[in-house]
Amino acid sequence: MSRTNTEFTALQRSLHWLMAICILAMLFIGVGMVSTIGRQYTPLLATHKTLGITILVLALIRLVVRFIYGAPALPVDLPEPMKLAAHLSHLALYALMIGMPLIGWAMMSAGAYPVVLYGQIRLPAILPQSDSLHTLLWNAHFYLAFAFFALVLLHVAAALFHALVRRDGVLQTMLPVGNNDVPLKPQRNEH
Amino acid sequence: MPDPSQSQPHSHLGSLAIIAAVVAIGAGAFAYTAGWLSPGRLTPTKLVGALAPPDGPALGHRRNHAKGICFTGIFDANGNGTALSRATAFVAGQYPVVGRFNLGTPDPSATDATVRVRGVGVQISTPDGDVWRMAMIDPPIFPVATPQAFYELLEASKSKDPEVMKAFAAAHPEFAAFGKWATTAPWTASYAEVAFNSLNAFIFTDGGGADHAVRWSLAPQAPVTPISAPDLEKLGPNHLEEDIMDRVSKAPQRWTMVLTQADPSDPTSDPTKAWPPERRTVQAGTLVVQKIEVEADGPCRDINFDPTVLPHGIKVSDDPFPAARSAAYAKSYDLRTSEASYYPRTAGSTKP
Repeated sequence: MSRTNTEFTALQRSLHWLMAICILAMLFIGVGMVSTIGRQYTPLLATHKTLGITILVLALIRLVVRFIYGAPALPVDLPEPMKLAAHLSHLALYALMIGMPLIGWAMMSAGAYPVVLYGQIRLPAILPQSDSLHTLLWNAHFYLAFAFFALVLLHVAAALFHALVRRDGVLQTMLPVGNNDVPLKPQRNEH
Repeated sequence: MPDPSQSQPHSHLGSLAIIAAVVAIGAGAFAYTAGWLSPGRLTPTKLVGALAPPDGPALGHRRNHAKGICFTGIFDANGNGTALSRATAFVAGQYPVVGRFNLGTPDPSATDATVRVRGVGVQISTPDGDVWRMAMIDPPIFPVATPQAFYELLEASKSKDPEVMKAFAAAHPEFAAFGKWATTAPWTASYAEVAFNSLNAFIFTDGGGADHAVRWSLAPQAPVTPISAPDLEKLGPNHLEEDIMDRVSKAPQRWTMVLTQADPSDPTSDPTKAWPPERRTVQAGTLVVQKIEVEADGPCRDINFDPTVLPHGIKVSDDPFPAARSAAYAKSYDLRTSEASYYPRTAGSTKP
């Protein structure tokens, strides 16, 4: 797990950026569809369910890949609170990437809705119909979606902070194109 | 390598401004998509809210078609429907049905004779796991052509000023046909005598992959005896439920499912416009209602009869209503499940 690497592997970077697109699309589709009664509601709902399960599968793959390849170390001069924030926010992102699709799937199940994806793929119910569970899961799905988006914004802000303010090479570890010539600079002493 | 001089605090202001701008643009786009910047957008919440009577909705109940009774039975398909759709429900055979007869009112204790529109929710399940849900009503056409107009109709009909409804009718001439039906069509004293119509057009895909625009109806096999509204009122406030319980306890009640295929020139997006009666029809099978159960702990209580829950072989058309109904029904379901403690469940119910 703790291979000493200066950037994420190509597989990890591919998964990250593919999932970034999926998750952003997912969050926007989610808030968009629940606020419309237009014709787009039906295809948006079908896309939301299909994309949600796609994200769940990708997140599980990514978790395995993360255990195998690990992650580049953060710069040693990064203040401890920021390191902690980085670790906790990444943990929360993984929890939401896996948790949100499961909550949505369970919510549909508790509402006695058939869960049908693109290609007429039918998923089984993972809970029996239950008013109380449906309400609990609906609230969780709703509020966690906003938390998820806030976390995405924080993640983007932090990445830009590393790139523009600290210039410590952290963003480069995850850029879509490899940057082996821009190594981490753990010994910056600019202040 | 970056020049260390660019990392001095004074030069960070520009970088921080860029970061703040990126976050603000992201949050703004999200807020716009969520409709927070568009108070005029017709949301499911607004549409469902407009259904509520002046003294508020009946908590724990469906927000419309709130008075109803559950049934179970079968759809006995004769195989003819496969000419239009490859849905398994049309392959000759018998498929389990859960349904709900209902009245088009937000008041679960409304008197039968005060409610002009009657409806039925039907769910057909097939062994391949497909589920087909439909919610049909008895007028032959819908009152308005768009969900926006439906919202305006709900708002206008609640106004105490009669001029408001007159202005609505003047602005929506298509409403006249529904008005004529509502005031002149005969009533019946039994759900078993009601013809129910999908009104919305759906696209059926046949085994060869060809698409057909279809509306469908459930035509009663029981003889129809017209009755006036005052005479229906004399039978009691809950006659329809008492009658259907009595009839079904004696013999199953039947409806023929009739599929009507549009010509290419027929409007599919406007449920106020009936298709010409000479259009090709297909009798696809028989809905057989075998058992009636009160809604309080009946099998239909927890089902949202969302008309966009469709089997393989049927999809939505350009008719704007199924999507709007799906969005609004989901909101109604979200609300009533969260209000379950207000719903009078009979003792012995095992559901939470």
